[in-house]
Order: sequence, then structure tokens, then C-alpha cells
Amino acid sequence: MRVRSLFFAAYRDLAGRGELDVELPPGATVSDLVAVVRRSAERLAGLPAQPVVAVNQEYAGYEQHLRDGDEVAFIPPVAGG
Amino acid sequence: MYVQITSDPIQVSEVLASVGSSADGAILLFTGIVRNHSEGQPVTAVQYEAYRGMAEQVLREIAQEASERLGTDRLAVVHRVGDLAVGDVSVAIAVSSPHRAESFAACRYVIEEIKVRLPVWKRERFVGGEARWAPGRALAPSPAAGV
Repeated sequence: MRVRSLFFAAYRDLAGRGELDVELPPGATVSDLVAVVRRSAERLAGLPAQPVVAVNQEYAGYEQHLRDGDEVAFIPPVAGG
Repeated sequence: MYVQITSDPIQVSEVLASVGSSADGAILLFTGIVRNHSEGQPVTAVQYEAYRGMAEQVLREIAQEASERLGTDRLAVVHRVGDLAVGDVSVAIAVSSPHRAESFAACRYVIEEIKVRLPVWKRERFVGGEARWAPGRALAPSPAAGV
């Protein structure tokens, strides 16, 4: 299955890109995705080991299973207001 | 209830005018303003970036929760994104209720929740042109994140 990762703000600068499509085996979790993303390029290894993530625009835990077409955003510490 | 993420300048008077009723004895307005310093360094401008769709959704959730504290749905919150200058309004919150306590509580709730969970980031530009992402607040670890 294919999942789209999104990087915002400081994470985008760190990653050198705003998004990355990742191929994952069926049944993969958020935890699996984060590990794959961090291994997929030298710059991406600079992401925190356990960044906060949102799956399809909702904050999600690391045990959540992903589905084909999911959008997983890596959320840096927020600074709105 | 009125909730918006916008790249246009916030019309504070419109936000304020969107709340209030003849049943309300209290109307409260909060505005967040871009200030000219950050951690002792002079700031010339800031840029707010949002995860737009999610930010709108989260802001709506926050407004809904605040409305329960308020006891009315007379609540408006607008957050600006894009390039802002010192003195610009980055966020405006207006609420109204029959008595003041509920308005203060609800308004405070909205701004404090924005600070900890709205997916918005701020890039500060300093004198001399240097820029950096404001450190921000780490969100509570995701459930089952193993931390």
C-alpha cells in the first residue's frame, strides 16, 4: 500500500521536502511508517525518533494501522496564537 | 459560532460584532498581536504556516469545547496565516454570555488550546534578515507512542 507523508515548518526544512510517498506492507502501523521515513534518506534521519503525527488530519497514536491512500502528517511543536 | 483560518487581515470589529445578544451581559474580545521581540531579540516580521484542513478542523473542535464552557454558541475565533508585520493581529477571539465568568473561561480556553494543539507554526524574522521557526510547544505524546 502507498501512504503519503507530509512535513511542515521545521520538519520540512529538515527533510528538504514537503512530502514523501512511502510504500508499506499491508498491516503497517504509524510506528512502521515513521521508521521507514527516517531510514529513507539521510536528511530524514534528522527527524525526531517519535514525532507527533496526524493520520488523515487527526492526531494519531503509533499503534494505529494505516490504509492505502492515508495521509500522515509529521507535526512539529506547534506555535499558533 | 464562527471559526476561520484566513490569509486575509483579520477584521476585529467584524469578529466582535458576530457575538452578543440581548440575553448577554458580557462580551469579551481577545486579540493576539505580533510583537517586536522574541527571547530578547528584535523581530521585524513573522510568517504563520498552517496544516490548513486539519487546523480548521481542530479550531472547530476547540470552539465547540469552549462553547460548552460558555453555555452559548456565541463564539468567534479567527486565526491568520501568511506574512504578518509587527502589530498585526494573528488571532481574534470573541465570546458572549449572560454573565462574565463563562466568557472569561471560554475565551481563555480557546487561546490556551490553540497554543497546545492547533497545527500552526510561526517563523520569526529578525533584524538583519535571519529567520527561524519559533520553538513552539511539543504536543502531548500521541497515545500509544511508547513515551
